Amino acid sequence: MPSNDSALPDRRRTTELTPEAGEAGRVVPLRHPWTWVASVFALVVAGAVLYSVSTNSAFEWPVVAQYMFDGQILLGLARTLELTVAAMAIGLLLGTVLAVMRLSRNRLLSTLSWLYIWFFRSVPVLVQLIFWYNFGALYPHIVLRVPFGPELYSASTNAVITPLTAALAGLGLAQAAYTAEVVRAGIVSVPPGQTRAAKALGMRPGTIFFRVVFPQAMRVIIPPVGNEVISMVKNTSLVSIIAMAELLYTAQLIYARTYQTIPLLIVASLWYLVVVSILSVGQQFLEHHYRHRT
Amino acid sequence: MNEPMVRIRGLSKHFGGREVLCGIDLDVPAGSVMCIIGPSGSGKSTLLSCINHLEPFDGGRLWVGGRLVGYREHNGRLHELPERDIARMRQNIGMVFQQFNLFPHMTALQNIIEAPIRVKRMRADQAKQRAMALLDQVGLSQKQASYPAQLSGGEQQRVAIARALAMEPQLMLFDEPTSALDPELVGDVLAVMKDLAKSGMTMVVVTHELAFAREVGDELAFMDAGKVVERGSPRDVLSAPREQRTKDFLARVL
Repeated sequence: MPSNDSALPDRRRTTELTPEAGEAGRVVPLRHPWTWVASVFALVVAGAVLYSVSTNSAFEWPVVAQYMFDGQILLGLARTLELTVAAMAIGLLLGTVLAVMRLSRNRLLSTLSWLYIWFFRSVPVLVQLIFWYNFGALYPHIVLRVPFGPELYSASTNAVITPLTAALAGLGLAQAAYTAEVVRAGIVSVPPGQTRAAKALGMRPGTIFFRVVFPQAMRVIIPPVGNEVISMVKNTSLVSIIAMAELLYTAQLIYARTYQTIPLLIVASLWYLVVVSILSVGQQFLEHHYRHRT
Repeated sequence: MNEPMVRIRGLSKHFGGREVLCGIDLDVPAGSVMCIIGPSGSGKSTLLSCINHLEPFDGGRLWVGGRLVGYREHNGRLHELPERDIARMRQNIGMVFQQFNLFPHMTALQNIIEAPIRVKRMRADQAKQRAMALLDQVGLSQKQASYPAQLSGGEQQRVAIARALAMEPQLMLFDEPTSALDPELVGDVLAVMKDLAKSGMTMVVVTHELAFAREVGDELAFMDAGKVVERGSPRDVLSAPREQRTKDFLARVL
């Protein structure tokens, strides 16, 4: 290729060590001019957006400030946090049980766990929520009884399935399916030699799991579960569809009355931002705690 | 004659269709050191794992200290015991692994006191005191607060030996304890094992260290294809093997 032939002597001239020149042996790094162009472009776009957001009166920033610490909104925020914690707790506990079942040598247990995970990961959480909310249409009465024996508990389904229980069932049971896979990956990541060593020391299965396997699995489990918690904070907004007064639904209730839709959505968004930011920092601390000392 | 510490009669085991142990007979008298050598895949590590029931077997009998390990006999058949009963038996049998298998989330000291506290319900201060003495015994009293990842392979293996000794076992099993070590680290580990043998510990050692076997072993067994092909005093077996397979193996490794 002719272009190569002509380029070669040129390049040699620049890299050749010329002792008589003052900058002998100095290396000239490759310049990236287009990175600068892109940076300037991004800065201009960001500036334009910021300007527009701050000057467009339709954002109604004074209304945002007015509702940011409104009692009703704060109550909704509390519901969102409670729901996140409760649904994650259900997800983690049930998910760990499902993971252990999935890893069981018993075919029936592992298949049941696989079916659960398959089902609850396949149906959208929004659909599941509506489904639980309307559970009464399927089973009007819930009865707990000893087989062929006396009834222990009986109630109308509509009395049991409130927006809260429907939300917990919908979010928690679906979360368990995701957590199960994360926990399973964590347990599998612990080398079998660890269990062998613990057995050889005379430890019982329960001790081995809680003292040896689980603490090591945590290192693998923590980062994805941290992400799941962050997803859960936002997924709780789905339960607004079944009239549970968490953060988003509270905002909706207010703007249905005042027609200040945009500012109230901004209030909700800002709170989600705050909560997720705090959780991200917490996740970093936890990851650090479970990292092996090297 | 006294009951041997380990008595093995007609032990056999299959993996799928392959027979990995075919009718092993072996006695290890109390206070003696039995070394087992042989080519890889000869079943020597599997045999070792049967002694503390990390591996179940299909036929034969195996006693440690006069008691069947992992099974109870009923109407002439062996029935596998539940895990917690097997765990109790394993407390008396220490084991050291090729890959050390220290718990990476615990310091050297925590590795050693974990089982005495959790399994034997020993008081923490007492367990710590004993652990420090054991670390001193293996020459690592400075390393109590180090995590396994901060220790060399030889140091990890010595902590692993201390961890096994903390349960005060009557018998110690060594599964190729120096095979994963850099050559210059092998000596320290073998020295600790030699001291242990001198103190009267009953030991079964699967190893490739023929010099160690010759010096420390009271008896040497050569295994090939799931059988004990030849056994005797290490000096005799290593210098004047009778079986052709032993001769071939020694010719390859010496």
